[in-house]
This record gives sequence, C-alpha cells and structure tokens, in this order.
Amino acid sequence: METLELTQEEQFQARIDADMRIEPKDWMPDAYRKTLIRQISQHAHSELVGMLPEGNWITRAPSLKRKSILLAKVQDEAGHGLYLYSAAETLGASRDQMLADLHSGKAKYSSIFNYPTLSWADMGCVGWLVDGAAILNQVPLCRTSYGPYARAMVRVCKEESFHQRQGFEIMQTLCEGSPEQKAMAQEGLNRWWWPTLMMFGPKDSESPNTEQSMKWRIKRFTNDELRQKFVDMMVPQAEFLGLTVPDPNLKWNEAKQGYDFGDVDWEEFWNVVKGNGMCNQERLQARVQAHEEGAWVREAALAHAEKRKQREAAKAVAA
Amino acid sequence: MSQKEWPLWEVFIRSKQGLDHKHVGSLHAADAEMAIQNARDVYTRRLEGVSIWVVESKHVHASNPDDAAAFYEPANDKIYRHPTFYQVPDSIKHM
Repeated sequence: METLELTQEEQFQARIDADMRIEPKDWMPDAYRKTLIRQISQHAHSELVGMLPEGNWITRAPSLKRKSILLAKVQDEAGHGLYLYSAAETLGASRDQMLADLHSGKAKYSSIFNYPTLSWADMGCVGWLVDGAAILNQVPLCRTSYGPYARAMVRVCKEESFHQRQGFEIMQTLCEGSPEQKAMAQEGLNRWWWPTLMMFGPKDSESPNTEQSMKWRIKRFTNDELRQKFVDMMVPQAEFLGLTVPDPNLKWNEAKQGYDFGDVDWEEFWNVVKGNGMCNQERLQARVQAHEEGAWVREAALAHAEKRKQREAAKAVAA
Repeated sequence: MSQKEWPLWEVFIRSKQGLDHKHVGSLHAADAEMAIQNARDVYTRRLEGVSIWVVESKHVHASNPDDAAAFYEPANDKIYRHPTFYQVPDSIKHM
C-alpha cells in the first residue's frame, strides 16, 4: 500500500481546512506568522489611532450623556488595541517593537483615521459608518484560524455593536432635529461615505495577498465582497434617516439583489495610505508625543516595583 | 530612555461566584498590583467578573504540542472509563 507522507506545511493546511484553530505553540509556516503579526498589529494600531479623532470631541460633546458614552467608547478602543497587541505578542512580536514601528511610520493603520472630525455629526458617522464597516470586517475574523486572534475578535465584536448603535442614534437625533442639524448630518455622510468604502481595501484585482490569506483563513471574505455587503446594508439605513448617499451611480440591481455603486477614488485612497492624507502627520505626532511624554511614568513604575521587591526581600531576610 | 518593557501577565477572571477563574488574555504591568488594576480596566468593563487572578507569564509552564499524541491518545482506547461502556438491564433503576 502506498503511504502518504504529508509535509509539515501540508499537515498545517489540513488542520486549517478542517477548521481547526492554530495555537501559539503549534508549528506554523514563517509566512503565516509574519502575515498575522502584520495584520493583527495593524489592526491594533488602528484601534489606538482611532481614539484620536473621537478624543477630539470628548470636551465638546453636546450633553453629559453623550460625553459619558463617548468616553466609554474611546476607552473600549484602547481596550481593543490591548487585546490585539496581546494576540500579536503570542506570535513572538514585542509590544515595544510594534509601537516603534507605528511611531516611525513603518507600520500602517486604517486610513480612515487620517480624516478630520469637523462637526458633531462626524461622531455619528464614525460610529454608524466607520464602526459599521469595522464590524463587517471583524465578525468573520471571530472564526479566523489563529486562536488568540479569534478570541480577541470575539471580545472586540461584542463591544463594537454598542459603538455602531450609539453612532446611529446620534445621526437619528440630528435628522429628527432642526433643518440645520439635519444638514449637519447630511454633510457628515457626504464626508464619510467614500472614505468608509475605502476601509475595505483595494479592489480584489489589486489585492495580491487575498488569495493566500483566504487559504489560511485569516481573511474570510474578499475586499469587494465586504464592500458590496456594506453598501447593501447601509443604503436602507440612510434612507430611514432621510439622508442621501453621495453617489450618483447608486442604483438597486434587481438581478443581483444588491446595489450597483460608483467607483471609489483610488488615487485618493493610495495617497492617504502613502501618508499624504489630511491628518496623517497630526495623528502620528499625537501618538509619538503621548508615548514620549509617558516614558517617565513607565520608568517610574518599573523603578517603584523594583524597589518594593527589594524591600520585601530585605524584610524576608530580617524575619 | 530605558528600553525595558513592563513584564507580561496572564489574566484569569471568575465571571461569577461559584465558577472557575478562566483565562481571558494578557497585559503588561510593572507589578502584580498594577496588573490587577489594569485587568479590571481592560477585561471587566461590562461586569465580566467578580474576581481577578494575574500570573506573570514567565511563570506559566505549558505542555508541548509535539507531545500531544503521547500525552492524550492513550485515553482513546480506554472507553471503559466512561459509564456508557457498561450495559445496565432496563429493569435496573437509579444507576
């Protein structure tokens, strides 16, 4: 009888095909590890930088209720970043190195956070559209092949749906308010619609890593599939709010049971990815400044812990 | 500037009285007290827990996945360890 000897890599793929999870100490191809570290840390960086456009509105929230909600949401995002950094660390990445890569501009984060938040309606749009798009990206990742990543995503997704709902509620309140408030909501949608569609990444035909990532189940739908899903989900919600989606080519397509929509401005997309968006510099600068100004706190805490350890050791000897 | 990272801690949470502490993730902290405070902020913002354990990650010793066959497979053929292995006559109750 012929015996089939599977290589380590084939055994690995067979486990993934059987929908088994890969855990930190299991053997994995180097490329799988590298791709995951890049994907998870980028995601963590996005959560971290994502706090900035909203932090901008905490002191100007229109009521104490909205302020408490916004504070809680921004705190969640810090938490999401921490869950994800921890997941990446199980693959051997160091926290300091990941942060250094973010601060030097070597690592990327979601381009959406390089757009400014100009009015209170933008807080509504970030929750409703941006977090809505994030949820579509993230829900399939709860079943991703790498265990610690999947578990972090389960926790993230549970919290993300509060974010989207509070954003929708902000939009609804504005849309049911004065004509000026409704206009503010419409302007918010006009500003955020296209950048949100860009969040799903380049067109499938220009996303060469998609195929391998799908095979490894660290990505479960293609960029274009998710973009289509998002449009189909959001158009009725915009209609409910009485808002107009800023796309003259948007049209229901009975045959495909989905919307046809216009093409994203890919030149703008790549320009922001390359660091030339409206807020790229400001965001990175804010991150680097926070990190540098916090250095003495990190050092003092370590020194304090060390001193206390020595004091306890001395006490133990004396006793 | 010192380049030293705060050590890594594993976090275990008891979700309610009467249940086991369960591993939920990890975080960095300078010492145990800070690790517990951080765990409160990171892992229990929505009433997920009533008690927290933290253990510095370097103190966790784990089995090796390569030993999985030797470790766990011997249990496969010991089905007599399960109550379903035994035939109980229909007329026998309370067993």
